[in-house]
Amino acid sequence: MLPIVLPLAAGALTLVLDEGRQMLKAWISVGAAVLLVVIAAALVRLADESFATVYRVGDWPAPYGIVLVVDRVSAILVLLTSVLGVASLVFSLASWHRAGPRFHSLVQFLLMGINGAFLTGDLFNLFVFFEVLLAASYGLALHGSGEVRVRASLHYIVVNLAASLLFLVGASLIYGATGTLNMADLALRWREAAPPDRALFEAGAAILGVAFLVKAAMWPLCFWLPAAYSAASAPAAALFAVLTKVGIYAVLRTGLLFAGEAQAAPSTGTPWLAYGGMATIVFGALGVLASQDLGRLASCSVLVSSGTLLAAIAIGSTPLTGAALYYLVVSTLALSALFLLVELVDRGRGPGADVLAVTAEAFRASDSEDESSEVGRVIPAATAVLGLSFGACAVMLAGLPPLAGFVGKFAMLDALLEATPVPRASWAMVALLVVSGFATIIGMARAGVRRFWALPEGSMPRVRILEIAPVLALLTLCVVLTVAAGSLIEYLDAGARALHQPGGYVDRVLAP
Amino acid sequence: MTEVIVSLAIGVLAASGVWLILRPRTFQVAIGLSLLAYAVNLFIFAMGRLRMGAAPIVEAGKAADPAAFADPLPQALVLTAIVISFATTALLLVVLLAARGLSGTDHVDGREPK
Repeated sequence: MLPIVLPLAAGALTLVLDEGRQMLKAWISVGAAVLLVVIAAALVRLADESFATVYRVGDWPAPYGIVLVVDRVSAILVLLTSVLGVASLVFSLASWHRAGPRFHSLVQFLLMGINGAFLTGDLFNLFVFFEVLLAASYGLALHGSGEVRVRASLHYIVVNLAASLLFLVGASLIYGATGTLNMADLALRWREAAPPDRALFEAGAAILGVAFLVKAAMWPLCFWLPAAYSAASAPAAALFAVLTKVGIYAVLRTGLLFAGEAQAAPSTGTPWLAYGGMATIVFGALGVLASQDLGRLASCSVLVSSGTLLAAIAIGSTPLTGAALYYLVVSTLALSALFLLVELVDRGRGPGADVLAVTAEAFRASDSEDESSEVGRVIPAATAVLGLSFGACAVMLAGLPPLAGFVGKFAMLDALLEATPVPRASWAMVALLVVSGFATIIGMARAGVRRFWALPEGSMPRVRILEIAPVLALLTLCVVLTVAAGSLIEYLDAGARALHQPGGYVDRVLAP
Repeated sequence: MTEVIVSLAIGVLAASGVWLILRPRTFQVAIGLSLLAYAVNLFIFAMGRLRMGAAPIVEAGKAADPAAFADPLPQALVLTAIVISFATTALLLVVLLAARGLSGTDHVDGREPK
């Protein structure tokens, strides 16, 4: 309960405070986010002790009232979200939070929506939290204004509104067919439905799936993502890195819950999900290779990451899901760090320099104006720090040893090749994992060389400690997760086993 | 008869909404989204089953029979959905005006086609 109420309270508090009192708002906001991390860590411990902990809102019994459920997977994801929240809030303190009104409230509402979506056990409640996080993300995408941002946000808003309507159609079809919206109750009820109702339920689930996949940015539904993410301001984009994961989590949770224990007979949508995920990897990898500015490169990496996860979920043996969840955590951390870093690296460059740099080396001497009026203290060897962080991000995303990205990919490959004989889809997935890693290396290395080694005179990036600290903290967390990979994977494996055997979840939710 | 009329209404609204969403002007897109939202709201309402001539809750002079009630849940869902779509449409209108002001055109891509 607290992970939802706390950001709501903090957001409301910062909303009523006058715009002039920025420092106070910043303190409230960061304080609430730090507290959220502590609470999420407590939730992670709580989830480890029991199968799934249920909180009944208003103490109504389960199929009638709305429940919030925390199990291992959702607890880890809440923790991930709150860590990203702290990082991007601290980053924004340097300059971004003054770039437009109500920044702190929007971030808090976004955190509330994401946490709620991870924790809820009710289909319509999930819709409401989706809307909360989307409404906040519309505001954040617009944060800082400017023509590019407004245009990208317009597309982003329209696409997501249409997807929300699909979500509603799907949810109401499911309600019409089964008469319940509680996810655990649904998992039991839909089997008992009469054949015509069952067809309705399946149609509803399919429409719901499309709505989730728009948020998760699967291939034919993902064209809105690169423009919106690369146009968003850095702290907002860093938080958006976790938004696609909400869609993926929804697919994972509802898909496995409805599939039930009958894993031997995969449902009809599964191969589509696998191929769609693989197509997303291809599209994202091509995007990484083709993109000329760093923001777009980072957005395409988001696509690669979510495609990998979708395909892994669809192929879906239990150890593979565990490995994919580990990959989810580390790749989101790395992507977030990358989005923050992109802003710092690109600050010293003129707007448009990216496109020109490809064709014209002559633009080397252009000493461009800083985009932000904030003139910070130049920390010694700023470029070196930035370069090293960028390298670390690249290594993480491409999945090279020694960092956590490698551990995640290796665990996934291991799980894919475990079955004998290995199915064809798994071979395709193995090939794509390796090739997409390779494409990421090429794209990031090219971008890195252009940014850090061919640095034009006079465009030394100015970096404040307040801004580089969150990036370094996120990367340090990645290193820690590499060292502690064993225990985290064990934890997530237990979570994945629980997801694949939803009987326990259903029992806990419906227990009187 | 009611079923036919309601489903036709939903269908026409949804079809007009989809057509308008695919138009190149931002205002058409906004109206299209509103129409689609109406269609979806009606659809959710219809998912609570349609019934002719039934009492809203209790018929006068009779004991209450829960089985004869209209299902209240879809109505609650529709209320939530109406509020949310209303709010997001308002937000969309603001963004639309901002885009018009910044780019000088109401084309969805921010520039007139060549």
